Amino acid sequence: MIGVMAPQSTNDLSIMIGGDAGQGVESSGAGFALALARAGLHVFALQDYRSRIRGGHNFYQIRVGEGPLYSHRDPVELLLALTPQSIPLHLDNLHEGSAVIFPQKWEDVDVSRLTARGLTVERLPLMEIAERHGSRLMLNTAVLAAASAITGFPLDYMAGVIRENFGRKSAELADTNLAVAQEAYEVTLDHFGDSFPHRIKPIEGAPKRMLMHGNEAIAFGALAGGCRFVSAYPMTPATSIIEWLSAVPHEFGMVTKHAEDEIAAVCMALGASYTGARAMTATSGGGFSLMVEAMGLSGMTEVPLVIVEAQRGGPSTGLPTRTEQSDLLFMIHASQGEFPRIITAPGTIEQCFEAGWRAFNLADKYQCPVVVATDQALAANLRTLDMDAIDPRTVEIDRGATLRPEDVDALSEEYLRFRFSDDGISPRAMPGRETAVLTVPSDEHDESGHINEEPGVRVRMMQKRMQKLKTAEAEMKPPLLYGPEDADLTLVTWGSTTGHCRAAADEINAAGGSANVLQFIDMWPMPVEAAREALDRCRRKVAVEQNYTGQLALLIRMTTGVAMDDTLAKYDGRPFSPRQIIEGVGMEVASGHKA
Amino acid sequence: MVTRLDPKTFDADAENTWCPGCGDFAILRALKLALTELGIAPHEALVVSGIGCGSKLPDYMHINGYMTIHGRPLPVATGAKLANPDLHVIVVDGDGDAYGIGGNHFMHSCRRNPNITHIVEDNQIYGLTKGQYSPTSDLGFVTTTSPDGAIERPLLPVAVALAAGATFIARTFAGDPKHMAAVIAEAIKHRGYSLIDVLQPCVTFNRVNTYDWYRERVYKLGEDYDPTDRDSARARAHEWETRIPLGVIYRNDELQTYEDQVLPLQAGSPLASVLKLQKDPAPGQYESLKEQFL
Repeated sequence: MIGVMAPQSTNDLSIMIGGDAGQGVESSGAGFALALARAGLHVFALQDYRSRIRGGHNFYQIRVGEGPLYSHRDPVELLLALTPQSIPLHLDNLHEGSAVIFPQKWEDVDVSRLTARGLTVERLPLMEIAERHGSRLMLNTAVLAAASAITGFPLDYMAGVIRENFGRKSAELADTNLAVAQEAYEVTLDHFGDSFPHRIKPIEGAPKRMLMHGNEAIAFGALAGGCRFVSAYPMTPATSIIEWLSAVPHEFGMVTKHAEDEIAAVCMALGASYTGARAMTATSGGGFSLMVEAMGLSGMTEVPLVIVEAQRGGPSTGLPTRTEQSDLLFMIHASQGEFPRIITAPGTIEQCFEAGWRAFNLADKYQCPVVVATDQALAANLRTLDMDAIDPRTVEIDRGATLRPEDVDALSEEYLRFRFSDDGISPRAMPGRETAVLTVPSDEHDESGHINEEPGVRVRMMQKRMQKLKTAEAEMKPPLLYGPEDADLTLVTWGSTTGHCRAAADEINAAGGSANVLQFIDMWPMPVEAAREALDRCRRKVAVEQNYTGQLALLIRMTTGVAMDDTLAKYDGRPFSPRQIIEGVGMEVASGHKA
Repeated sequence: MVTRLDPKTFDADAENTWCPGCGDFAILRALKLALTELGIAPHEALVVSGIGCGSKLPDYMHINGYMTIHGRPLPVATGAKLANPDLHVIVVDGDGDAYGIGGNHFMHSCRRNPNITHIVEDNQIYGLTKGQYSPTSDLGFVTTTSPDGAIERPLLPVAVALAAGATFIARTFAGDPKHMAAVIAEAIKHRGYSLIDVLQPCVTFNRVNTYDWYRERVYKLGEDYDPTDRDSARARAHEWETRIPLGVIYRNDELQTYEDQVLPLQAGSPLASVLKLQKDPAPGQYESLKEQFL
């Protein structure tokens, strides 16, 4: 077995918080992750929840380390239980030496069953402490303070987060929670001392790091890239994009519109883009399904459009809060007829930031729809980032063949919006100038924009539009290699699965194996030559992706002719853990579904 | 340079495919007259249309036009207006677009109140697809999809718009070009969402609701009618089968437009002018946003 946990560790552990929806599992987890980040540690945090506001089991898993983290890790060393059911549900996530913390009150918990597994079990009067100072709702505060105590993590960090989070509501609430935290911390310390072998130690003088998820990075990138109009309809897991952009100060001039439905959302973005604004919409697969017709309108009328598609488990309502990568081929083929579109799929938070601004350059240059394809795990999981990982100064704004008003005024001949050209791109004028007054139809049209169904015009106009796809191919990103250039095993992947593959390859290599990761980022148009070259250098190629049919493997085969040796497919809505990937490929993909 | 306006300014060199006698010709003419009267030049306006015979109007006119997809011109126009409030944005579509497939956008535009003029060419039939019943077809109307006669009661657009909060609601008739031009001009002048339901006979596929059928029923609201009185408007909104009122049925000029209330629009320059932006003018502005992640 690869990667056996050391019996003792410092700054190398995983913590899980389990409880019911409505108990603050997510806010507690995010708060603890922030406290750890402020202590100079690297964090990767995974949220697992159901589509309901109250009730039902949720959990939050935090991995702590001293170097950059791209994945969660099983098993976990510390389980913080906010409900009795959390304990049996997560027994298999624990291993010998892990600790379970839960309130003394829960007399039904079968302690002997836990200790028989070599777990450290401690009943602590956490509920009593919460109730004495405030209410049972403060159990999460007590539990986080207990987690600080057991790992030797100074309470100051968690106390700072509590003060901020609750202080926003009222000073009294903050004080009560701080009192709960203080007592829970002391009681836990009395029980454990420094006996727990997995320690958390703040790193003195560590640089500041941000704690961010993919949606925030995309939204930030879009803003920095000059996007000033976002229209969307709320849909998990994409909603936080419009929420984040709605909250930026008004001085940015960022206009957001929560539309009546996804069709309106995409059409509003298209209308704004038609007049010259950089505009986008964000949704998940269900909403994207509704946007498909307008995507074709963008393609036909050559109006730039950026759509973020944060995938979740389908089909239909599917697994609304869970992750999947099953819309890839749909995005590539969505809408009737044939027209150029660009699909880019970031896999890390840094790549999300870049995709956020780059999508607008691509949309402007090729005057077509651009889809930024992510997935729930990338959209919502938090990771620590160095401050310069998100650098607005690296943002480039390239509006392609977009005509400024003064360019339009200076036109010496009749302006032809859809002028034939070698690269397929025609200079685009916005409405508002006397020298470029025209109608842009969704019907087939001639160079001037008038409806025209003559076969000759149709053929040349199709060729003009489709030529843009060939032109764009030259600037599509080649697949990105992580790890040693020469390896026995290549994990071929995309999206959030990239991080888990990286962690798996690192573990394999650390244990004396030989693996690397080939991440596909620009999916359409596929950079065929670069992809073929990269694949030709690989020995055993296993596609690792979160869908049933192995859509990345199919796409690669369709565009390059190169077949994968295997596909490790997962479609249970939960992200791969590095261990699942290692076991999946090691056992000839027997533990996964072989597509 | 100020271009002297003439209705001919708006003429386009394009082949018109409407049937002889179609009410759309009169609507096109009325729109040109209204824009001329208001002094709005072709480059200062944007006509967004849907899909259907009447939605081909922008192609037959020298004006900025965006012919979109069925039922969706309202949200496209809303985005365009938000991004460039300087444009006079006019939506032209049909009863299928506005009251059928795009009904959700119609309802929400009424309460949203963007400064958009919405001209609905209401011929009570689907003409371009060769004669099927529409949301405004009368009970018993026999078409290819209602061979036994339509069994759904017709939607009353004026009543729906009133209930949904529209701030300007008018009806006019393609058989009365002068009235039509005057009502369209009045609607464009209104700050906010304005609905103009135009009774527009389809001479090829609707042999029931003909010019004569409408002429027998329509009447103009008189000088004594007060369109700001909601109760009077409510009564007129439900008149249909035997008497059909023409004119401005309801108006409320007291409410702000949607765009007027969007604070980031007041803080910044028009979104469309982001075009000027080549590079982040103040990197520090973006840097400060990173603080929230610490």
